[in-house]
Amino acid sequence: MKHLNEDQLILHYYGEAPDPAAIESHLFSCADCRAGFEGLRRVLAAANALQVPERRESYGSEVWQRLRPRLSERRRWDWKPTFHVSRWAWASLITAMLVAAFFLGRFWPRAEIPVAKLPPGQVRERILLASVADHLESSQRVLMEVVNASGNGSVDISQQQASAEDLVAANRLYRQSAERAGEAGMEGVLEELERILLEIAHSSSQLTSGELNEIRRRIDTQGILFKVRVIGDRVRERQKAAARELARRNL
Amino acid sequence: MISMEESDAAAVLRARSGDSQAFRLLVEHHSRNIFRLAYRMTGNEQDAEDVVQETFFKAFRQLNGFEERSNFSTWLYRIGVNCALDLLRKRRRHDEFQEPLEPDHGRGVFEADPHESTPDRLVFSIEVKRQVTQALERLSPMERSAFVLRHFEGMSIEEVGQVLGLQTSAAKHSIFRAVRKMRVALEPLMSSLR
Repeated sequence: MKHLNEDQLILHYYGEAPDPAAIESHLFSCADCRAGFEGLRRVLAAANALQVPERRESYGSEVWQRLRPRLSERRRWDWKPTFHVSRWAWASLITAMLVAAFFLGRFWPRAEIPVAKLPPGQVRERILLASVADHLESSQRVLMEVVNASGNGSVDISQQQASAEDLVAANRLYRQSAERAGEAGMEGVLEELERILLEIAHSSSQLTSGELNEIRRRIDTQGILFKVRVIGDRVRERQKAAARELARRNL
Repeated sequence: MISMEESDAAAVLRARSGDSQAFRLLVEHHSRNIFRLAYRMTGNEQDAEDVVQETFFKAFRQLNGFEERSNFSTWLYRIGVNCALDLLRKRRRHDEFQEPLEPDHGRGVFEADPHESTPDRLVFSIEVKRQVTQALERLSPMERSAFVLRHFEGMSIEEVGQVLGLQTSAAKHSIFRAVRKMRVALEPLMSSLR
């Protein structure tokens, strides 16, 4: 038997190696691998030094007491800020609110808005439409690159992984805003997109052809590329309509 | 005797029909587990409390979307992990604009264990905890989630994938990367023991 690699040792440590008896037998006879496994075991045992502060028996009741007002508050207002705002990056909060405003803006009774207030709102809407459309285009590009990737033996997708990781954070923001605005169709597509992006971001950067095919299969069976393209087209349409409306008002 | 899973399922049904006491039961059953998960994800007691609150708040909002054939605990863990990841991402973006904290003023919850007997052991124990905390903080949010669920929560890699919404192979690679990074960070200290 060849020497065991680190991944095999990790799986063995967690009791998930496919053939534990063969690994045990190899460890018994191979001093190098045994030393490697002992090193791994020492490090992972040290991680257990991280202890969690004890919670009282009554902790569940205390959580409920703190939670209950928020639940009844939600019934009245159906909205409540999450976490403490002071802990948030203000930029993220403002962006999220702007994105939410963009989605909500679709349902706003435009005729009742004073004309003097429209231009800044429309400019903002155009910017937001552009950023959502750009996000969808970038996501499509990454998915296309993964679908079309090729290589001898293993395929390097490290660049696509880095892009996917960046896109996940933005996607999460847009998805949450779509959810809050009740845009179920948009939210659903963004949720599917997020799963695929996460999958890419957290795969090995060197994919075997089997792993690559599995990702391709998921992209294909869910029709995610098609859905992202359709949603992207709709957003672009809205962007053009907003630009036309702005030009008309400026005449 | 009714299992925890069965009593959860019954409580979910009642909570969906507007029985707040049923939701209370769910909160009371799972709060400690979610706190433990949240603390290991965030490394901070106050953040963990926020995550616990946010998790149950979201679970309440999304209760109608819960599929009865699923395991409530797995579903709740998924919400908990997402809440913790949201917080970590926001904190990371926020921290990019902040001065780094002095190590001793950082997330000061990993205090000395009073049962450590000799001064040498006490110092070493504090150092191990400090380095474990730092090593965990250096993991990406997804690596940290996968590691916490596998190493501390004892979930199988397949279950980790279910909670994180990843294929098993992707969950496995996240765990591999996390363990490798932990090893690089902690091995020098552990070697000094020998």
